[in-house]
Amino acid sequence: MPDPNMPDSNDFIAGMNSDSRKSPVRVAFVTRRTSAQVKARDDGGTVMVFPEALFRGAVAIELLLLVLVVFSLFWDAPLEELANPLLTPNPAKAPWYFLGLQELLHYFPPVVAGVLIPGLVVTALIAIPYFQINIEGEGLWSRNRTLRLRMVRITLVLFILFLASFHVWVALAPTLLMVGLMLYSATERHDAGRFHRWLASKPLSFWIMSWFLLSSAVLTLIGTFFRGPGWSFVMPWSGQI
Amino acid sequence: MAATLSQQLTALRRTRVWRSVFRGGNGTSNLDRALAVQQNLFLHLSSVKVRKRSLAFRVTWFLGTLCMGALMILVATGIPLMLYYHPSVPQAYADMKDLQSVVSAGVFLRNLHRWSAHAMVLLVFAHMFKVFYRGAYRPPREFNWVVGVILLIVTLLLSYTGYLLPWDQLAFWAITVGSNLLSSVPVIGPKVRFLMLGGNTVNANALLRFYVLHCVILPLTAATFVAVHFWRIRKDGGIYPGKDHKHA
Repeated sequence: MPDPNMPDSNDFIAGMNSDSRKSPVRVAFVTRRTSAQVKARDDGGTVMVFPEALFRGAVAIELLLLVLVVFSLFWDAPLEELANPLLTPNPAKAPWYFLGLQELLHYFPPVVAGVLIPGLVVTALIAIPYFQINIEGEGLWSRNRTLRLRMVRITLVLFILFLASFHVWVALAPTLLMVGLMLYSATERHDAGRFHRWLASKPLSFWIMSWFLLSSAVLTLIGTFFRGPGWSFVMPWSGQI
Repeated sequence: MAATLSQQLTALRRTRVWRSVFRGGNGTSNLDRALAVQQNLFLHLSSVKVRKRSLAFRVTWFLGTLCMGALMILVATGIPLMLYYHPSVPQAYADMKDLQSVVSAGVFLRNLHRWSAHAMVLLVFAHMFKVFYRGAYRPPREFNWVVGVILLIVTLLLSYTGYLLPWDQLAFWAITVGSNLLSSVPVIGPKVRFLMLGGNTVNANALLRFYVLHCVILPLTAATFVAVHFWRIRKDGGIYPGKDHKHA
């Protein structure tokens, strides 16, 4: 006679009585009404958020705290004289993350540097996931190569003329670098290396974002370290920034 | 017969008081661990399980987590700083001087707040670029990307409003330069600037407005959107597993 305390092996114990400690592995998932995609699912397994993910997150945050505490022990936050509306420092600089914009303000009228460009950047950022072309992420040269190459060249010439008309020579270096890499990735090579193949697989959004990242980094660095009295170009060690 | 620490913890978790506080998760089974997340107001923003591969460092560089960490450090240092600060002219600057000479560890407190603020701006930008280059904005995650853009702007505003509070030359002229940019917006620019500063120049009204924005309005806005941002990660199918991954 079976022991009444032992659960029947056919009895499925669900809900609040489970004491499983391993993530179950889905071996097969076959029903008539699910799509083929579900059956093909292979995500390398899952782990419990508590404690696995939360623990890792806590360690990451503790390391950040450690770095910031050590930094704060050795470097003091700046504190200048009491604010004086009658004494304008030269140069007067915005916080560092706006110095790219302030650098642009040096070349463009305020409505362009202060409104049009930041407005376009925010709009473009919001729009990214709503364009099919960004979602497919197809390599820029994978179709209509000749036509696209011509369009890139025309855009480049127009853009350089635009920069030149406002004397924005500092933005030229990152632009030329990105376009150089773009044109290099468009070349057809039989002995293409990994770097070339990687570049060639990149969509248009990659090129625009990388150009934006590089240009803003260059503009911010110039605004922060290379601008002195009257927004003149100085060296970082001149003591005038 | 001293019980081990883990035995004591287990006993603690079984007490009536503990179980009245935490609605689930009193053991080490998967069910308990799932309940620990799902039955907790704050943790339930997250999913109960996560893909093993999306925990790898190279996937996210933990940048989103680090942004949250920076925000937590900023709240933890910001509240004690509020105890020593008056948003008035010229007392605000005198309070900075007091932090340096009167308040215990005042310099350290201000240093940690300021460097964490710079770190957070950097981390938020880095997080955005990392998400972009992974293609993690793709549907169904497109709206969470937009929430992220909002959080980027809120972060910049938080940093910018905090910049004025020490009321030294650096603060005053940085905000003057920044707010002058606003005047160039056609039609509404000067009006928005007047509303923001409480006047036509950076003055005592501006300091008070920036203080309220910095300590109340913007933190609440940030907290709200951070909650939406985390919750949408779960609702949109977890951390983006990569383009080559076959979606369910």
